[in-house]
Amino acid sequence: MPSLKDLKNRIESVKNTRKITKAMQMVAAAKLRRAQEAAEAGRPYSDRFNSVIGSLAASFRDSEGAPKLLSGTGNDAVHLLVVMTAERGLCGGFNSNISKLARQHGNDLSAAGKTVKILTVGKKGRDALRRDFGEKFIGHVDLTQVKRVGYSDAQSIAQDILARFENNEFDVATLFYSKFENVVSQVPSARQIIPASYEGTDSEDNGTFHVYEPDEGAILANLLPRGVATQIFSALLENGASEQGARMSAMDNATRNAGEMIDKLTIEFNRSRQAVITNELIEIISGAEAL
Amino acid sequence: MSDTMQFDLVCPERLLLSVRANAVQIPGSEGNLTALPGHMPLITTLRPGILTITSSDGDQQFLVTGGFAEVGEKVTVLAEKAVPRADITQEEYNNMVADAENFYNQAQDNFVSEPGPVDEAAKMLSDLVAVGDEIGLKD
Repeated sequence: MPSLKDLKNRIESVKNTRKITKAMQMVAAAKLRRAQEAAEAGRPYSDRFNSVIGSLAASFRDSEGAPKLLSGTGNDAVHLLVVMTAERGLCGGFNSNISKLARQHGNDLSAAGKTVKILTVGKKGRDALRRDFGEKFIGHVDLTQVKRVGYSDAQSIAQDILARFENNEFDVATLFYSKFENVVSQVPSARQIIPASYEGTDSEDNGTFHVYEPDEGAILANLLPRGVATQIFSALLENGASEQGARMSAMDNATRNAGEMIDKLTIEFNRSRQAVITNELIEIISGAEAL
Repeated sequence: MSDTMQFDLVCPERLLLSVRANAVQIPGSEGNLTALPGHMPLITTLRPGILTITSSDGDQQFLVTGGFAEVGEKVTVLAEKAVPRADITQEEYNNMVADAENFYNQAQDNFVSEPGPVDEAAKMLSDLVAVGDEIGLKD
């Protein structure tokens, strides 16, 4: 039976924890709003970009001189997994869900006899995958110092990946990140970025004949590397929003649990206080009776 | 045919400008071109240069570094980086030139076997320097 003082200390410490989780929840909510706005604002660019490149790619996919970024290197022996996670923890299952998906994917590929290489973006994913795939890491991108992801961050990641592709270090690159559905649901997803898989968006542009300047092939060759950067950027934005969403709901749960714990502990504290008082009274009364 | 068209300037982070424009002068990679309403459908890549939008509110100018433009019933410019001309400071311009130089050096290291990307990076750098001369900034 814990003493009154122990109970009091416990209650105090749980209260402190609740204050922290509550504060973290509110910070995450504010950051979430900003991250969502950023993701929202980035959408026009990637939508337009994908529709243009989609219609271009569709006409080029099967032709002879298609760029390697689009048609692939011709084999798929070496896979690069780009695993994007957060730099911080305390956000529920966010990091582990992405790592789990990547790990499963990596194991499947290894079982099929493919070589797997891993590039991690964000500290948590690297930590989670180190035990299983430690020797397969080929690089890590640190975004700890980045307060707000900008396009230039995505560009430097893309440049890194493209240079590796150019040196024939891998054949297929897949991006692992978390898609932001809404505040309570983030879906870990995989998206293949090299060779590029653009769905032919033949809705509105169909039938319009465009003049290309320079020619289609040159434009496509110019746009495909940018496409990689664009996809990475939108994945980074989605990931940012997902992280804050996950953290917000995790911290909301933690705050609620701390509240419940405080209620329970308070009842226990009151009971034992009552027991102490009763005990004292009994001692006094029985002492008086004995006289 | 109306005498204005919808114009959107989009960069990866956000939609920068969306107006009804009378004319848009685009620094295409093959040369400057001006899109008027009713221009034939065209897709062109951009070189670093000055983008000028003429609308009923007067002219607006942006420094764009790269990307592409789609001209059709409306004109959309997707720029990797776009800065209003008035906001460009010497310092910012120097940063841009430094970035381009960096990129050029990296390209030289990364693409040893292929001259294409290196030439492109070199062209980008020289275009950027030309823009600096045009708006009166030294690199």
